[in-house]
Amino acid sequence: MPDAAFDPRAVPGADAHAAALHSPALKHHFDDLGQQKEAATLGMWLFLATEVLFFGGLFAAYLLYRVWYPDVFGEASRSLDITLGSVNTLVLIGSSLTMALAVHAAATGQRRTLMIFIALTMLLGAVFLGIKGVEYYDKIVHHHVPGPSFHFEGPTPERAQLFFSLYFAMTGLHAFHMVIGLGLMTVILLMAWRGRFSATWYTPVEMSGLYWHFVDIIWIFLFPLLYLVDRHS
Amino acid sequence: MNWSLPLFPTGASTMAGKVDLLYFVLIAVSGLAVAVISLLIIAFGVRYRRRAPDQVGAPVIPSLALEIGWTAVPLVVGLVLFAWGANVYFAQARPPVETLDVYVVGKQWMWKFQHPGGQREINELHVPVGRAVRLTAASEDVIHSFFVPAFRVKADVIPGRYTTLWFNATKPGEYHLFCAEYCGTQHSGMIGKVVVMEPNAYQAWLGGGAAEGSMASQGQKIFQDLACHTCHLDSGQGRGPTLVGLYGSQVGLASGQVVTADDAYIRESVLSPAAKVVAGFQPVMPTFQGLVSEEQLLALIEYVKSLQAKPQGTPATQAPAGQQPAAATPAAPQPRAPGPAGRNPGGDRN
Amino acid sequence: MDSLTLPRTHYANAEYGLRSWLLTTDHKRIALLFLGSISAFFLIGGLFAMLIRLELLTPPGDMVGADTYNKLFTMHGIVMIFMFLIPSIPAVFGNFFVPIMVGAKDLAFPRLNLLSWYIFMIGGLFTLAAIALGGVDTGWTFYTPFSTHASQSNVMVAAVGVFIMGFSSILTGLNFIVTIHTMRAPGLTWFRLPLFIWAMYATSLINVLGTPVLAISLVAVALERALHIGIFDPAYGGDPVLFQHLFWFYSHPAVYIMVLPSMGVVSELVATFSRKNIFGYTFVAFSSLAIAVFGFLVWGHHMFVAGMSVYGAMIFSILSFMVAVPSAVKVFNWTATLYKGSISYETPMLYALGFIGLFAVGGLTGLFLATLAVDVHVHDTYFVVAHFHYIMVGGALMGYLGALHYWWPKMTGRMYPDLIGRIAAVTVFIGFNLTFFPQFVLGYLGMPRRYHAYAEEFQALNVLSTAGASILAVGFLIPAFYLLWSLKYGKVAGANPWGSVSLEWTTPSPPPTFNFDETPVIAGPAYDYREPEAKRA
Repeated sequence: MPDAAFDPRAVPGADAHAAALHSPALKHHFDDLGQQKEAATLGMWLFLATEVLFFGGLFAAYLLYRVWYPDVFGEASRSLDITLGSVNTLVLIGSSLTMALAVHAAATGQRRTLMIFIALTMLLGAVFLGIKGVEYYDKIVHHHVPGPSFHFEGPTPERAQLFFSLYFAMTGLHAFHMVIGLGLMTVILLMAWRGRFSATWYTPVEMSGLYWHFVDIIWIFLFPLLYLVDRHS
Repeated sequence: MNWSLPLFPTGASTMAGKVDLLYFVLIAVSGLAVAVISLLIIAFGVRYRRRAPDQVGAPVIPSLALEIGWTAVPLVVGLVLFAWGANVYFAQARPPVETLDVYVVGKQWMWKFQHPGGQREINELHVPVGRAVRLTAASEDVIHSFFVPAFRVKADVIPGRYTTLWFNATKPGEYHLFCAEYCGTQHSGMIGKVVVMEPNAYQAWLGGGAAEGSMASQGQKIFQDLACHTCHLDSGQGRGPTLVGLYGSQVGLASGQVVTADDAYIRESVLSPAAKVVAGFQPVMPTFQGLVSEEQLLALIEYVKSLQAKPQGTPATQAPAGQQPAAATPAAPQPRAPGPAGRNPGGDRN
Repeated sequence: MDSLTLPRTHYANAEYGLRSWLLTTDHKRIALLFLGSISAFFLIGGLFAMLIRLELLTPPGDMVGADTYNKLFTMHGIVMIFMFLIPSIPAVFGNFFVPIMVGAKDLAFPRLNLLSWYIFMIGGLFTLAAIALGGVDTGWTFYTPFSTHASQSNVMVAAVGVFIMGFSSILTGLNFIVTIHTMRAPGLTWFRLPLFIWAMYATSLINVLGTPVLAISLVAVALERALHIGIFDPAYGGDPVLFQHLFWFYSHPAVYIMVLPSMGVVSELVATFSRKNIFGYTFVAFSSLAIAVFGFLVWGHHMFVAGMSVYGAMIFSILSFMVAVPSAVKVFNWTATLYKGSISYETPMLYALGFIGLFAVGGLTGLFLATLAVDVHVHDTYFVVAHFHYIMVGGALMGYLGALHYWWPKMTGRMYPDLIGRIAAVTVFIGFNLTFFPQFVLGYLGMPRRYHAYAEEFQALNVLSTAGASILAVGFLIPAFYLLWSLKYGKVAGANPWGSVSLEWTTPSPPPTFNFDETPVIAGPAYDYREPEAKRA
């Protein structure tokens, strides 16, 4: 069970092969670091696939109602602040850039650069959440939050409420995933500060990078679907 | 203790025989498959049982032919059964053109029926034998399902939309009606019966009449009470489009879309009038959500159906729309198309 | 042959104490944790079943109130599906044997494996809490708008419980896929893998891709119920049937999660107890994948009478016929395996043969349901109940019991008395058929499902069904006794009591913590019985 303190030679039945290649990062049930990394990478991609399907249910609901009520959804969409949405999109793309640079820094063993880029990524993530907070506050002020105080000018306000319900559900779920991402970044930052990463082993950085890019990609789909509906009308 | 052991339900509709035949073929095919597999397993199991403790089985000689064969055969059998089933299903899904219309409202935990002549029933539906009956159903609360085993007919009844089903009963008698979609505490109590009568008996029962008059006349009363007539003038010059000749026609909307004025369209126009504004008119109609019940909506629909440029006959028959002359309304220049109630709200959404 | 002794040190006694079990990362110990949990849940679900069948002895609802009855069938479904069947084979036998069968020391992510058990237990506790707080009455299918607007029961708690348990399935599936891809022993190519591994792989694909959709469906129900956001509410322009699409998009593939592992087990059992290679190995392997893929394309067949367009219905119908074909292919290949085999009839083989027969009936009755015209009549009747119990109990559960009896000696080092095992298996078979076959008749007669009280003329068939259920219950309880008895008093089994050539039988019974003394090197196909003498311990 214990990893860092494990000595395979002491436990009956353990494979001597693993002992020979033993590095502190190698888990005892893997043959070598290459296999371990392959496993981690495949595992993370599979997890991201589950996330796609998780969001997918909401996307399906949105798709259905967008097709059913194009006019109302268009109107409701136009009430969103496209400037803030666009800025957020750039912020998030930027954070993916800094994340990619962080992974590269880890791969080349540059500890300080890694930490700087992780911090920048977190900063940009926080900016995103901040802007989102501003947008949510704006919704509250305009009574666009679904519930008893909901109010929307227009012929079919109940269908507009449907738009906003999906808006909050989808962006809320996305923001929740971003918060988790920030938590991951904090852990990575700490681990980097403690010198746990090297050019031979930086898998957690890479895996967190994959997760972060995924959260970014979800937004890349959310933004046009929510903000750019019938924008030109 | 009831010791009767029925093994097969009576069939009392024109579809029952078709469904049952398909069912018997399925039993035969399945029975044959199970028999063959079981016999082979038993035969091999006996013939090749282990004789000595260390005996092993013979090496496998693969056979691509066998694999392809027993993949292709079930596939073909399946496709045949699919095609046959789909064929019968088409007939189940498409009511004949001439039907006797009855309206059903399901609510926890009862079935309410309205005949066009105004007769109301609860948990009992009287129909004549030998005529196609079309039920238009709505739910007041949760999803129910209208199920008459003897007719081999079933359709979910969903809140917010109309669903239709049809049957043509072939034998007089009383048949179980069950709710077949779990709907809460008294789901198993949401039952009743369909009473199929000889034509004379049915006429007599109809004559027993309705205190409130026909559904169309009830609808007309609602139309007056809710002041609909103040905007929807027959002349078409009012704040709202005329409803004369509307039912079943093609309607041009302000958005440019063209929709069919069927049951679902009328229901939506009363509950969410701004959803489909007719071209040339302003979105000034207020919503009547909460002010009309599902039953009242059905009465209004019957009333609108009855508004023809020329009178067409009793409300108990439905004339095919093709026989109706085109009405002179500013909003519906296109010729009429047949208008059975759609399965979904809005005939444009399929 | 020398008398057999248990190995001195093995996975179950390498460390002692509660902490060594509750904080273990050994896949074999985790498997036993799951075994204990799901067995307890099975008893709970079974208790609900007995109460249901007792109520249905008489036409009026006279034993329990209507609300109580509705809660009983709901919770029977939720417990049996989410707390027993879905984890069953993967979490117990998959966890125990996937690493061993691929020649690895553990799964790819051992700590994630332990987390999976904890998540399962937390979700399970939520669900039990829902029961303790008075139950849920929506049916295990949670249909809207009843679940979101009308039910007065503990829908939220139950939905949260099921939601949490879903993550357990996802993590297990993820672990298996990565293990099978990246940790196979040298020489173990894909087409040398045991068919159980192929089945677990296909199951894991479904677990990983399907379960998240259930999760979001339950989130949507919870949001709707708590906040009335309108997503399923016609008053807001929402569509109650949208829930059905989202729900069945997972829940149809879920039934393949429940049956595919059993099919994998049956392949192992038929091979071992005929001492032969499985006929058509490649076809059986690919059929598992085909079932997983096609299984995602047929969800609409649960909704043929829900107002779907005729053309939509036709597409789902034809796909549903197609998904049956790979299952048929398996049945034919298993039967062909028996040809010129060397067949013995120990308990596991009886369960395997029982599976084949009962799954055949269950699968064929699926064709009735895929047939549009017939489905209109039998949808939401006891015909459907009979169909899925033939697959879930006659199929999946028999496969589980077969696996339990097959691998018991490997996991515990002990044999159970085979004669009593066989008696129990036959009891289960007879009791099962008596319980569920009359329900096909009831269904076509028109008895709807989820009915607390029913029409008089249905009584005799219901009485038959309840009588069968009593026998079935006895058949299920007997193994509990002799299996537990065998832990202390059973004969020592040795490494290979069945004479199988699969990899797991080359390690001691019970296996050591790291499974193999030396990483095995594989040089031949999965089922190679060409030696004149099968290996024995």
